[in-house]
Amino acid sequence: MTLDRMKRGQRCRILSIPSELVRAQALRFGIAEGEVVTCCEVIPAGPVVISKNRQEIAIGRGLARQIEVEGSF
Amino acid sequence: MAHCHCPGLKIEIPAGARRIVLAGNPNTGKSVFFNHFTGMYVDVSNYPGTTLDISYGRYGSDVVIDTPGVYGISSFNDEERIARDIILSADLVLNVVSAAHLERDLFLTQQIIDTGVPVIVALNMMDDAKRLGIEVDVDRLSQLLGVPVIPTVAVKKEGFDRLKAELFTARPGHTIPGLEEELNQLLNRVGSRGEALLVLEGDPVIAARHGCKPGTRREEIYRRRRERVNEICQQVVREISRGAGLGTILGRWMIKPLTGIPILFVALWAMYKTIGVFIAGTVVGITEETIMQGIYEPAVRKFVEQFIPHSSVPGTILIGEFGLLTMTVTYLLGLLMPLVVGFYFFLSLFEDSGYLPRIATLVDRLLTSIGLNGRGVIPIILGFGCVTMATITTRLLSSDRERKIAIFLLGLTIPCSAQLGVIAGMLATLGPQYLALYALVIFSVLVMAGTLLSTLLPGKSADLFIDLPPLRLPRLDNVLKKTGTKSYHFLKEAAPLFVLGALIISVFQITGILEFLQNLLAPLTVGWLNLPPEASTAFIMGIVRRDFGAAGLTALALNALQTIVALITITLFVPCIASILVIFKERTRKEAVLIWGSSWVAAFLIGGLVAQLARLFNPAGDHIQVIPVILSFVVLTLVIVGMCLFIRRAKPTTNVPE
Repeated sequence: MTLDRMKRGQRCRILSIPSELVRAQALRFGIAEGEVVTCCEVIPAGPVVISKNRQEIAIGRGLARQIEVEGSF
Repeated sequence: MAHCHCPGLKIEIPAGARRIVLAGNPNTGKSVFFNHFTGMYVDVSNYPGTTLDISYGRYGSDVVIDTPGVYGISSFNDEERIARDIILSADLVLNVVSAAHLERDLFLTQQIIDTGVPVIVALNMMDDAKRLGIEVDVDRLSQLLGVPVIPTVAVKKEGFDRLKAELFTARPGHTIPGLEEELNQLLNRVGSRGEALLVLEGDPVIAARHGCKPGTRREEIYRRRRERVNEICQQVVREISRGAGLGTILGRWMIKPLTGIPILFVALWAMYKTIGVFIAGTVVGITEETIMQGIYEPAVRKFVEQFIPHSSVPGTILIGEFGLLTMTVTYLLGLLMPLVVGFYFFLSLFEDSGYLPRIATLVDRLLTSIGLNGRGVIPIILGFGCVTMATITTRLLSSDRERKIAIFLLGLTIPCSAQLGVIAGMLATLGPQYLALYALVIFSVLVMAGTLLSTLLPGKSADLFIDLPPLRLPRLDNVLKKTGTKSYHFLKEAAPLFVLGALIISVFQITGILEFLQNLLAPLTVGWLNLPPEASTAFIMGIVRRDFGAAGLTALALNALQTIVALITITLFVPCIASILVIFKERTRKEAVLIWGSSWVAAFLIGGLVAQLARLFNPAGDHIQVIPVILSFVVLTLVIVGMCLFIRRAKPTTNVPE
């Protein structure tokens, strides 16, 4: 499954993030492949907001479509 | 005297002085520390090729240098490159960390520790953390990092005495396991530990400096660092309560369309009331008319006329209609400056409170369809203040493609505040249906142009990927400082261009080129736009300053239809001479010429289309059938967007982001 298909409140494990730059930036924010995150908001046709602890990140729909996840925890 | 050996940055370091570098994530309160340490005597040095200023000042016999807020140091953007170079040249790093955000902030801390420089950590915002129900074991954190950690509340100056007393106990901390050996292998080739780390992490700039190949291990090292940070956080952070505070709830509301759009409208309305009504009316009334035109200009004219006659060539250039000493100064200081300060004030307010990234998230969907992402909202909002300022701000967009699209849309469709004032005045006399027509036509051009560019330009725009910091009440001194820095920068960058622009126009006026252009344009104005021939003068004046063009129209006797056609045309018409000079500076010459040329074509094409459609639906009248014209534009937009979607689908898409 990909991240854009998640619903609000669902938890999932991130399996893969497509580009190296995005992976590096995600690691800085505290989100890595293998990590379990909460999908805390989905803007209709827009970005997906995920959170881990208190860190929240907004991810554009196009990118969310390329992030592989497995749900739900 | 020695220089900071950051390439390009000129900072005087007295012999024997230590370089104390302040570093931290964005919005951790670094500036309060900086001000506290350096007091009044602060110098600013521009980092060449960027809008970024580095502040530095004396602290005793040492020098304190501030750095831009970053999440890590590498070469991802200008801020990071600068922070990297300054941190690598530090004798001591004072790392400001938010206690409420340890997981995120400690990544930078650990990366700085890994460079081997002596570090002291100020664990700031202890009060925020407490309010959020977060407890941090300070001693354990210090033990795990291997560097001193001082808890502080910067805004109340709590912990500052201890920080000052212990500043020089800063020491190299514990690097992530296994890194030491790898660095030692590189050390004999690179010479400096910090630079060796960055080479290992694949930083292309640092690797090139030492003539070696950048390492390919960034991800692995980042991953190990992240694991280490998570481990530390697990041991030192304890969450007592976990209620969703008012900030959290409001933060969510801001990004959901149903609640976010009304909130955005309220924010924009407040901005309009402050800038559009108070600043543009009351403040500019005083600065432009009373001070500049009432006192300054007559004084300068009188002074210059003692030496040079008013009608001579140098007289025209200095104190004539577009005089360098009269109009340029009045425009820049009397009219633009108050507006620019107002816009930057709101931008800083939105930034400091954490609202800006939420606006970006809310509008991301809308902007991706015109080839931008949510961050593109910043230059677009600023464009309503001054397109020149907005064009400079496009530097913050992440790809060249986005900058191209944003700059073109700004030049074509966004009326600046000076122009908007005149336009609003003229529209007010016509009634609401004309206002709707004007707004819809301009908006549909924005959508059409954006969609077309996004389809035709090669590549793909970067996706949104931003941190949403917790909402907080903005700190006034922070906001004012940011507003000040940004406004000063605008003045410094734009003033020479406004001067050059005025000079060019004066030369055009003296040589008669201006008149020649007006005559050249007249047939088009009469035959295609159905306007009186004198309207061409207004358009040509629009090349100089957008509000000149609009103001030129008020002097003409136009009926309702002619007014709306003229206003639409002048809005879409070429950006003012200062904006186009910025575009020449920021982009290639070819691109600037292309933008300027296509604005001419687009303005007359769309203006003419409105005139011709109006004649079609109402052949005899001097007013306009608003509904059919609006509908025609909606259909036209849908056709263009549909066509673009079709082309995009037919184009083989690559799924690899840049």
